[in-house]
Amino acid sequence: MSESLRHAWAIFKRELRSYFESPVAYVFLVVFLVMAAFLTFSVGNYYENRQADLRMFFFWHPWIYLLLAPAAAMRLWSEEARSGTLELLFTLPVTITQAIVGKFLAAWFFLTIALALTAPVIITTYYLGNPDSGVIIGGYIGSFLLAGIYLSVGMLTSAMTRNQVISFVVAIVILLFLLLAGWPPVTGYLVHWAPLWLVNGVAACGFMPHFESLQRGVIDARNIVHAASVMVFMLFANRIVLEWRKSS
Amino acid sequence: MLTVDKLQKNFGPIDAVRNISFDLKKGDVLGFLGPNGAGKSTTMRIITGYLQPSGGTATVNGFDIGKQSVAARRQLGYLPENAPVYQDMTVQHFLNFIAEIRGFRGNERRRRVDRIMDICKIEPVRRQSVDTLSKGYRQRVCFAQAILHDPPILIMDEPTDGLDPNQKAIVRQMILDMAQTKAIIISTHILEEVDAVCNRTIIISRGRIVAQGTPAELKQRSPSHGAVTLELTETPDSVMADLETLPSAKRVEPADNHCFTIYPRDPVKLFQDVMNQARRRSWTIKSISVKEGRLEDTFHALTQTGDNAS
Repeated sequence: MSESLRHAWAIFKRELRSYFESPVAYVFLVVFLVMAAFLTFSVGNYYENRQADLRMFFFWHPWIYLLLAPAAAMRLWSEEARSGTLELLFTLPVTITQAIVGKFLAAWFFLTIALALTAPVIITTYYLGNPDSGVIIGGYIGSFLLAGIYLSVGMLTSAMTRNQVISFVVAIVILLFLLLAGWPPVTGYLVHWAPLWLVNGVAACGFMPHFESLQRGVIDARNIVHAASVMVFMLFANRIVLEWRKSS
Repeated sequence: MLTVDKLQKNFGPIDAVRNISFDLKKGDVLGFLGPNGAGKSTTMRIITGYLQPSGGTATVNGFDIGKQSVAARRQLGYLPENAPVYQDMTVQHFLNFIAEIRGFRGNERRRRVDRIMDICKIEPVRRQSVDTLSKGYRQRVCFAQAILHDPPILIMDEPTDGLDPNQKAIVRQMILDMAQTKAIIISTHILEEVDAVCNRTIIISRGRIVAQGTPAELKQRSPSHGAVTLELTETPDSVMADLETLPSAKRVEPADNHCFTIYPRDPVKLFQDVMNQARRRSWTIKSISVKEGRLEDTFHALTQTGDNAS
């Protein structure tokens, strides 16, 4: 393993451990699972639909993440800045990039654990009927990528402030914008008065069309590239924010 | 081992560090003194790579802090102000993490962590979470983190701040034990600490170096250096005048019980002049002593010019 990887791996482990060494992780996992189940079974009328499909299950993920991903990401940098450990971390022989990658992957892995714990919903569906496996795989890939995007945004806002509440709220606002940007009612509204390039620009920022296409079981490289480029962009911005804080 | 060259740092319109330069060799223990806000912490943060300088640079064991930042940081151990440690980790996990980042693995890592816990006497709390530790233990855990990789250069920002006298003594002894093999900078408000552990001193005020030298040299710059304290069996009428007229005396301060303190115009001659005068006037001397000067006095004289709060 190269030194960069070792450093990122050490930070990854530390970060993941710190989720589980406090009650945060357990509260988070329980809330996530309760919300996922409640929205799928009760609000989504899972049984009444009399159809073994998981559209309603995946439909709610962008909204559950909207609340929970910023909560999982808000402490990543804010807490370090508040408690002074940021000074410790950045005087160790690690680069900013190694720290960003380690922290981001730890948070993403944590949300992936949450996602994996929804397996009983899938098992139930297979027990009840014969769902389309392609749709389920696509849905999970989409949800996984969505979690990464949300966390990359939440981590960026966390780097901007030592106040976790501010980080949380700003992340929600940015994510809400990205969430709604590609939604037909929003673009439909813009079409009437905004120039075409703006409408297209706003629509291109949004990740809902990509998520929806994955949800339909269409695993298209373009969707994955889009998600990856949003994450890389956010992590890069994260680096710039941290460097700027160092030199100002 | 450490060369600091014309370091500057401004936060917006405020010049926090202006043109600071110094050299440090192996065996040097540099006491970094200055009022709050004088730029001590900022200078240390730049040398350790946490902040980028606005101008100038520093070289750590041959590595430039700007161009070879990571390599330079490998040569350093750093104890930041207030000893920050990850609150939610146990002492053992925290030190494992640091050891891993410092490039130690497997048995080597275990050996290093065990050894450092022994040196810093934190073995009893190894399984405790950091946020349950007392200030003294937390300080020593952070200290352990700084010396785990046995760095040639050690930088400590107020290492004994908030410790009780026993803990202070432990930390000072640890610094002295390492002094021979390292170059060390400590910043402190406690001037007796400088006497106890440092062989070099820099006083900074408002971002500038205002004095440097050995602690003894700085004491010589204090107004009380060479002052003579004289105790007589009785106070003759003319004693004040007799002392004040000495050419090497500047000022005489009487105290209770026939005591006088004579501040020098010429610290080298004063003692002899006082003795001669006593012989001439036939005073009976109960005791007489020469003051070596106080670091506090030098510190006050050099830093109490205007507002240092910026």
